[in-house]
Amino acid sequence: METVACPDCDLLQRIPELPLGGKASCPRCGKTLAAQLPDPLDRPLALTLAAAIAFVTANAMPLMSLSAAGREASTTIIGGAQQMWLQGREETAIAVAVCAVIAPACYIAFMLTALLAARRSPAPRWVGTLLQWADRMRPWSMNEVMMLGILVALIKIAQLATVTPGIGMYAVGVLVLLLSTIAVTFDPREIWKRVAWANGRKASPAPHPAASAPAAP
Amino acid sequence: MSATALSALQEGLVSCETCGLLSRPAGADQRGRCPRCGAGLEARRRQSIQRTWALIIAAAICYIPANILPVLTTHTLVSSESDTIMAGVIYLYTSGSWPLALIVLVASVMIPIGKLVALGYLLISVQRGSVKNNRDRVRLYRLVELIGRWSMLDVFVDAFVVALVQLKPLMSVEPGPGVLFFMAVVILTMVAAQSFDPRLVWDSDGDGQGRNG
Repeated sequence: METVACPDCDLLQRIPELPLGGKASCPRCGKTLAAQLPDPLDRPLALTLAAAIAFVTANAMPLMSLSAAGREASTTIIGGAQQMWLQGREETAIAVAVCAVIAPACYIAFMLTALLAARRSPAPRWVGTLLQWADRMRPWSMNEVMMLGILVALIKIAQLATVTPGIGMYAVGVLVLLLSTIAVTFDPREIWKRVAWANGRKASPAPHPAASAPAAP
Repeated sequence: MSATALSALQEGLVSCETCGLLSRPAGADQRGRCPRCGAGLEARRRQSIQRTWALIIAAAICYIPANILPVLTTHTLVSSESDTIMAGVIYLYTSGSWPLALIVLVASVMIPIGKLVALGYLLISVQRGSVKNNRDRVRLYRLVELIGRWSMLDVFVDAFVVALVQLKPLMSVEPGPGVLFFMAVVILTMVAAQSFDPRLVWDSDGDGQGRNG
């Protein structure tokens, strides 16, 4: 039993022992407060690792290529930002680069490191800092918006020239799926339980998730 | 849960926004640090109402040039043509892809306006001390946070059209000044949503009799 305040309405309440796959929501505003997930460290780790591979592929391979009147052109993700920069829209170029490349890259890297380091308990303090930064990166990591944007751009151009989607495009699709799955298989509380306290107090060794007590009434 | 619903603030406790740990500050009016993660503790996000107002007013101002100025200019051998966001939607519609026109219309026109109206309503209702529809108002806030990012769509569309259509001198596309303002609207409204504190919605429930259920 742990007493918490709901992050959305500040209501004080106790989180009961949850059965595997169970969720606790705030009775007042409905916010999900805790979840007892299966393999709370291994599953997000596996998915984050896969996301890292998809991310590298999506960025290294051409997204789509275009041919018109015997001329060819192709672009990658960072190419979208680069051309904006060359055309004198530096601010927009930076925003595109942050939302499409930098924020997702940081999110994946921070999560990967935090999940790996949290495997030993107590985990070092910097794991908490990484988790905090991963959380800050999340709203700005817009791969799914970018994917829809690419599709709209593709159809817009398709009326002027022949457009062929490249390997990068498929990798973006996989990346979007993986990133949204990480969010559902991961509960940051699981890591916070293991992190060493800032004031020097030792983290209580977290109970093994598989050994959780049965549901509270 | 006890019969009377108490907030952490009423009990003199502070919940860490970073790691969720509940702690009791050492002294009144003394902002401490979270003993677990070391983040600065605040009962409510600082100057939440003023900051959110400032950001949505700035966003509303940027919204006007974002719609008036062209976002894309297409140069071909014979002509050059500038398109605003609305013209882009109409182009998609007349060229036969109305589902896409609808997506762009929702993402670029309706979501930004909806965000400004929703945040404005939340701010006014909090400032007037409203105790009605608390649950719906928090739901509205979550919706704003969830869908706000989708208005970045048009910026991505423009970036990739520009990146790909560079077949000079046959045809080339360059970004217009509208993109910058549109991007500013998206970023300002996203930061505004992050600076609004949903817990303020419940604070007017001073007697602690929250609508449970």
